[in-house]
Amino acid sequence: MAAAVETASHIRAARRGSIRGSRRKALFWSYFFLVLFVVIFLAPPFYMLITSLKSSGEISAQVNPWWVFHPTLENYLGLLTEPNFVTFFRNSAVVSLCVVAISMLISVPAAFALARMKFWGSATLATGVFLTYLIPESLLFIPFFRIFAFLRDITGIEFLNHWWVLIIVYPTLSVPFCTWILISYFASIPKELDEAALIDGAGYIQMLTKIFIPVALPGIIAATIFAFTVAWADFLYPLAFTTSADQLVLPVGIVTTLIKGDVYNWGQIMAGSLICAAPPLIIYAFLMDYYIAGLTAGATKG
Amino acid sequence: MAQVTLRSLVKRFDRTEAVRGIDLDIADTEFVVLVGPSGCGKSTTLRMIAGLEDASAGEILIGGELVNDLPPKDRDIAMVFQNYALYPHMTVFENMSFGLRLKKFPKAEIKERVEQAARILDITELLQRKPRQLSGGQRQRVAMGRAIVRHPKVFLFDEPLSNLDAKLRVQMRTEIKKVHQKVNTTTVYVTHDQVEAMTLADRVVVMNAGRIEQVGPPNELYHSPRTKFVAGFIGSPAMNFIPCRLEESGGGGLTVRVGDGLVLPVPSGRTASYRAHLGKELILGLRPEHITEAHPHAEPGTAEFAVPVDVVEPMGMETMLYFAMSGTQICARVSPETPASPGATVNLLADLRHMHLIDPTTNQVIEVPVASRGNAQPSADATALRRGVG
Repeated sequence: MAAAVETASHIRAARRGSIRGSRRKALFWSYFFLVLFVVIFLAPPFYMLITSLKSSGEISAQVNPWWVFHPTLENYLGLLTEPNFVTFFRNSAVVSLCVVAISMLISVPAAFALARMKFWGSATLATGVFLTYLIPESLLFIPFFRIFAFLRDITGIEFLNHWWVLIIVYPTLSVPFCTWILISYFASIPKELDEAALIDGAGYIQMLTKIFIPVALPGIIAATIFAFTVAWADFLYPLAFTTSADQLVLPVGIVTTLIKGDVYNWGQIMAGSLICAAPPLIIYAFLMDYYIAGLTAGATKG
Repeated sequence: MAQVTLRSLVKRFDRTEAVRGIDLDIADTEFVVLVGPSGCGKSTTLRMIAGLEDASAGEILIGGELVNDLPPKDRDIAMVFQNYALYPHMTVFENMSFGLRLKKFPKAEIKERVEQAARILDITELLQRKPRQLSGGQRQRVAMGRAIVRHPKVFLFDEPLSNLDAKLRVQMRTEIKKVHQKVNTTTVYVTHDQVEAMTLADRVVVMNAGRIEQVGPPNELYHSPRTKFVAGFIGSPAMNFIPCRLEESGGGGLTVRVGDGLVLPVPSGRTASYRAHLGKELILGLRPEHITEAHPHAEPGTAEFAVPVDVVEPMGMETMLYFAMSGTQICARVSPETPASPGATVNLLADLRHMHLIDPTTNQVIEVPVASRGNAQPSADATALRRGVG
């Protein structure tokens, strides 16, 4: 009897062991790839940070490039006391905030209309919105030149080489994508919710502001982050449309003012890039918690 | 509070007709249940009353007023949905008061109405919670509360209990009936569950393929179905349908011959109505509770027969026996004391006073005068008595 019990417990232990073993194997590979990706993705920012803390002498010296022996903040101080850099930062901030506001003002109602107010051609329009997003920006900047030239001839307003022109062109990238994200987010809200609101006496505007926007907040935040990132980090349009130093935004400003001919001011370029990358990073860090919390709350909907 | 009237109501989706001309009068304060299999048009009908679907043809009147062209909010109705449709970002109080707030009711009145409804539904302590903090049954109560606070003319329920587990469903069913007795508002309730329909309704409307099959109080539908569909749909387990032939017996009586030589006598009160169908192939409809275990004192209108049993299903207070006859499976409902095992032959008693004969060409139940129908109460008592003895 005792032997039988012992055998049974052995078998149980063996079985448990094998489950634990396969779990350990899975965990090992999970960690292996996670660490690998972390290293790959964090190596460039790390290199930027290290380089930004070096003096130009140490950058050109034949020492280990992955370590800093005499850390200095001179690159950061130099940038922040440079009036141009402050202008770039301000231009970038104003452009990004305006683009986020415009994108949301257009894409939230557009997505609501396309997702919920079934009208003739709404499905085709929704697909069309997405197709618009698929057109690469490098194809669009020449037509934009033509449009701006045409508008200048009619109105007399010069569009080129003004930072605010970016507020007009960025939404062509952000609005279609934001609308597309929000269409699918709104579509996941149960139909009965708007029917209940309809019976409760809400019109379409109230349905949007009182039901859809609060319920779809995680989706709206995701779209906001996207619009901000587009406006903050885009390089091609500002490079094409703005040239004067006081009209530049950060990504282009760093490159054009810190690379003089064939002289690369690496320390300041790296410091500037890090400062440029900071705002989106901070926004992600703050909103991500809320974003994930919102997502899970939506999953167990009432 | 108001009556609801549907006149020749039609709903077409593209080329399919979901509702094919419905006429229905629902009286003030009445509780009417629309029941039928999925796709029968019951939900579409309800949604047309709510104004969530436009009627393709016909008229909808609420309180005598034609509402076809009115939006849902102006119809003075309230609806409870299958998945509750609570606003997930609002508290229970905000959910219940949303409609009143949109209509700019004074704050004090909103508070009073919500609290009153919360008392009726016993959810006062939940008012500050969010829907995700509630159980299924509590959410259903809140959904009902949201309907009650608006004091509408008509309540519409769209399968409100389908998302609940079996036990809670029975509990909430009673709850809904209680609420209706308290607030006394005209109610239209849609379900595919015939037990829900029977227990809740003042009148049941059985729908099939976009048409109304029969309208009547639950007992009337149960005892006097007019069509084969209603006969089979109402009642659980469903009525047995056995192919048979109507024949003359000696002395002016009639018999039904069921396939394998079993001949059952037709009660004398029914012969006049059935005589026109003499010699035809018909379908005998007999509910499981009218096929019981045989007992020594057989009454007139009953017939004893012996069959080998295929399956025995003990339910506790009764036992279901399944056997084959004329190629169809028949269910009998016997007392749990009846000795029965699969394969063994059991003596059963068919109570033909409750029989229905269905013409298979029209699927209509052949009508018999009310007086000659097996009256529900006495025979039910007799059955119970017999079971008690047996």
